[in-house]
Amino acid sequence: MNPKRAWTLPVVLLACLSVLAVFPLVGETFYIQLLTKVMIMAIFAMSLDLLVGYTGLVSLGHAAFYGLAGYVLARVAPQYAAASLWTTLPLAMGACAVFALLTGLLVLRTSGVYFIMVTLAFAQMLFFVFHDTPIGGGSDGIYVYAKPELKIGGTNLLNLEDRKVFFWLVLGLMAAVYLFLRRVLDSNFGRALIGIKTNEHRLRALGFPTFRYKLASYMLSGTLAGLAGYLAAAQFGFVNPEILGWHTSGGVLMMVILGGMGSLHGAIVGAFAFILLQEALSNQAWFGPFAKHWQLAMGLFIIAVALLLPRGLMGISGLFAGKVKREPGVE
Amino acid sequence: MSEAILRAERLTKRFGGLTAVSEVSLELHVGQVHAVIGPNGAGKSTLTNLISGDLPPTAGAIHFLDEAQLAHDLSGLKSDRIARLGIGRSYQKTNIFLPFSVFENCRLAAQSRQPRAWRIFRSADRYADVNAIAERSLQAAGLGARSAMTAAALSHGEQRQLEIAMCLATQPRVLLLDEPLAGMGSQESQRIIELIQQLTPAHAIMLIEHDMDAVFAVAHRLTVMVNGEVIETGTPAEIRASLKVQQAYLGDAHGGADG
Repeated sequence: MNPKRAWTLPVVLLACLSVLAVFPLVGETFYIQLLTKVMIMAIFAMSLDLLVGYTGLVSLGHAAFYGLAGYVLARVAPQYAAASLWTTLPLAMGACAVFALLTGLLVLRTSGVYFIMVTLAFAQMLFFVFHDTPIGGGSDGIYVYAKPELKIGGTNLLNLEDRKVFFWLVLGLMAAVYLFLRRVLDSNFGRALIGIKTNEHRLRALGFPTFRYKLASYMLSGTLAGLAGYLAAAQFGFVNPEILGWHTSGGVLMMVILGGMGSLHGAIVGAFAFILLQEALSNQAWFGPFAKHWQLAMGLFIIAVALLLPRGLMGISGLFAGKVKREPGVE
Repeated sequence: MSEAILRAERLTKRFGGLTAVSEVSLELHVGQVHAVIGPNGAGKSTLTNLISGDLPPTAGAIHFLDEAQLAHDLSGLKSDRIARLGIGRSYQKTNIFLPFSVFENCRLAAQSRQPRAWRIFRSADRYADVNAIAERSLQAAGLGARSAMTAAALSHGEQRQLEIAMCLATQPRVLLLDEPLAGMGSQESQRIIELIQQLTPAHAIMLIEHDMDAVFAVAHRLTVMVNGEVIETGTPAEIRASLKVQQAYLGDAHGGADG
């Protein structure tokens, strides 16, 4: 990586982080909630980027983890009291890890188009489990009446019912997930994952048990998607089978591709672009009768990005920086 | 002679009706280069793939003695397991990580023997031992000055050198070199031949190569394959003198050029 850009990225990220951090102090409630949702989706998109952008596994069933974690929270939370975040969050993420382990052992035996198909199939199976059986409240879903609590002893550390506090928690977690994945991707484990994406056959011939690496990546990715799903269920206050559906999986994949695969911050940019654009295009005050057909405009936008910016929205910076081609692992 | 470190026994590979490798037996010894020669399509690369685990054999066995003198049957093992046992290979068709730097290609190869994958918070660049092995392998293959370049930007010949450097960086005891000189200039070829000679005392080397001058310069034993079968095995002198070989291979295929 050229030295000029080595500090550009941290500076830009810190600036964005600071702007986001003060936003709840000045922003309207609606926008605080909207940005909270965007940041949750950014965590979700980063988890998928680990799989798609770094391990080379395109999953169309990532909503399974997102939804599963939400349902775990909804099921274990007491009906009218707050659940403890200390127990329910690890439980939700743990359930995702176990689900990733069990399905990963099967889906990772396939690759390419088949991997897409099989991940989609598993997510749809989970969708119907919650849709058609009473364990998840059927198609109506379940309410989560109270936000989880972070208590130590008798004192509540953070009042998550306060939208601002919830916003800051999500912001902190988004930053933490970003930094965590940055470190992981620069480790021996991460380098091997990038090697798998680039040339799995060669990596195996060098002596790497690639299946185990892929399984670990799949589990980590699923577990982090579970973090996003847990936060989403806590924020919206309900879960329904929609969050497990292929629309959710497709949406998050779109965010990753839109932002630019394999750069992590691309996933964040993609989540912001996707949801904010969706919000803007469907705004009746701005687009009047066209607002109803926002998906048409969205589709055109995505096509335009795919055609003009093959490296996603993050590719824009490359255009200005004299087309420095950056590949993961060779910084 | 020392005990064979690797012994292939009646190794066979069939693809449907085609028998690519038919009951091939050979032994590799530390301190020796065993060359496998034969016309195109003789099954040499398939034989390499069988030993390295890239392809499972249809029949036969591959006995291997690891560093602790434990015997393993390699047939049926996965390629990554075989590589970790100490059998490294290079590919006939360049098979590297094109978007990575030359150094990262070798570093990753060196990392394979010291996985430490669970240390997920330590930067992969901060293992001095792994870096040193990668650096040494690049130097040995003559790529020391290319370390920071992207592998894709190397010339064809340099990519071939990188292929060998990666193989060295995994620190194998058995080297399976599949046409290492293909596409190299004469200077690079000479360097690789010298490298093979340097490596010979501490390694068992199987060399597949079409450059007969190189083969006869480094090989202690040769196996000649035609149509998947071994037609002759012996010392360079015996192979030169063999009528069967002259008829089947040296005489026809290469005419006066190599003969």
